[in-house]
Amino acid sequence: MAGKKEEANIKAYSQNFTTMTPGPFAKWIRTCVVWQAIRFIVINIKMLVVVSKSH
Amino acid sequence: MARLIVLGGGVSGHTAATFAAEWLGSAHEVVVVTPNSKWNWIPSNIWVGVGQMSKEEVTFDLAPVYAKAGITYKQAKAVSINPEGSDSIEKPFVTVEFTDEARLGQSENIEYDYLINATGPKLNFAATPGLGDANGLGEFTVSVCTADHASHAATELEKAIEKMKAGERQKFLIGTGHGMCTCQGAAFEYIFNIEHEVRKAGVRDMADIKWISNESFLGDFGVGGLHMKTMGYAVSSKIFAESLFTERGVEWIIGAHVNKVESGKAHYELLDGTMGEEEFDFSMLIPPFAGVGLKAYDKAGEDITATVFAPNGFMKVDANYAAGSYENWKASDWPSTYQNPTYANMFACGIAFAPPHPISKPMSSPNGTPISPTPPRTGMPSGIIGKAVAHSICDRILKGSEAPLHEASMAHMGAACVASAGKGLFDGTAAAMTIYPVVPDFEKYPGTGRDTDYTFGEIGLAGHWIKHILHHLFIWKAKLKAGWTLIPE
Repeated sequence: MAGKKEEANIKAYSQNFTTMTPGPFAKWIRTCVVWQAIRFIVINIKMLVVVSKSH
Repeated sequence: MARLIVLGGGVSGHTAATFAAEWLGSAHEVVVVTPNSKWNWIPSNIWVGVGQMSKEEVTFDLAPVYAKAGITYKQAKAVSINPEGSDSIEKPFVTVEFTDEARLGQSENIEYDYLINATGPKLNFAATPGLGDANGLGEFTVSVCTADHASHAATELEKAIEKMKAGERQKFLIGTGHGMCTCQGAAFEYIFNIEHEVRKAGVRDMADIKWISNESFLGDFGVGGLHMKTMGYAVSSKIFAESLFTERGVEWIIGAHVNKVESGKAHYELLDGTMGEEEFDFSMLIPPFAGVGLKAYDKAGEDITATVFAPNGFMKVDANYAAGSYENWKASDWPSTYQNPTYANMFACGIAFAPPHPISKPMSSPNGTPISPTPPRTGMPSGIIGKAVAHSICDRILKGSEAPLHEASMAHMGAACVASAGKGLFDGTAAAMTIYPVVPDFEKYPGTGRDTDYTFGEIGLAGHWIKHILHHLFIWKAKLKAGWTLIPE
């Protein structure tokens, strides 16, 4: 059975064997324009809150 | 009429000078002394370094902007400060040496009532043999620290991509060029931009890309790492960074002090004391920072540099420099007013102030070599500190010398960071992060040291769009265009 493409970079007992790796959905959502437009608003608000707390 | 001199025209100095000129009006004088003729939006140097922007897009001429703001502009480098004046000059003054063609090498003493030291760092390439010399970048590696350096890096990257297209495998080594570096974030952004560009060029399979840094764990970023709230967890930046490196097929060497660079090879020492070497065809290694080497003299002409400046060349401010070992560190060690403890009319902001100690836990190899990040002072804190210092000085000029000082401690301040990979609006992504506070406060926030309601990170197009907006927004602000005072630092 062929391995999953997104897990191909992980090598057994190498330095990256213990980390997490994104699956297809996590990767797709990063570039889904509709979802990212929503996140754009959310991140901007979060950043503005941090900016306002810093002044 | 009072005169405020600002040494340096970078993010912090430019912010301080422009707000001071705005608040003081024409009744008082603001003088900016900077050796550069151009202002540089440094975060976008990363895009210059991969050929996605020209250096003209990230810089602009300072002279017309300062003329518009009513700021006296001296294209010169500060050489020394006489905070008590001298035998022949009653008032405090700064000695500067001009760098513009018309007055190259000429000196001038400029008297002041208030002084802001915002010189930024000296890029200390000479600290690592082969990384460069006292005059700057060496021949074996590239840099993205200035727009010119980044432009040179883009040319070298293009050559490497052409070689890969011709079938020649290339090794990329990106990271920090000394055990005491900061600015891991810039190198982090650059390595993923390179990875993106070689993928876009269709030669990713011909590139071996490796990270090398002085962090004791991936994702330290010079702030001791951070925990980001995501999916209901407070996830360590170590997991976040390792995941990203793994996904993009980038290997890493951490806890490394690069102690020598030669043609195609970097030598390093690790935290466990072992020595290693890494070959490369293309390498961008960030140099360590130091103070710019300003001297200070008292009225009698005696050298008081050690009184005014810390051993690393940065100016002493209201920090606790006697905190001692890591176990004793507190958030309150960090300065809040940035006033020099000896001379009340001198302040330092941005990278020019001497931090009380690192943020990351200091470490050294069994050989005694210190290998751990020095504290970053990124754009947002530098801008906020510059504005607070300008506010304090303006109040003292306008309301009297006892007016209370404004505070802007990095232990009560957040920072927003966006590390992009790629530049296209729909084919690039970015890791967008906020951290609050920058300096962890383990008394207020036991455990992670930070408020995880305001410390978060995620990867996606949204952060990438923010990076684009920030580029235009901050250049707009720095050019003092309509509404510039409304744009936060």
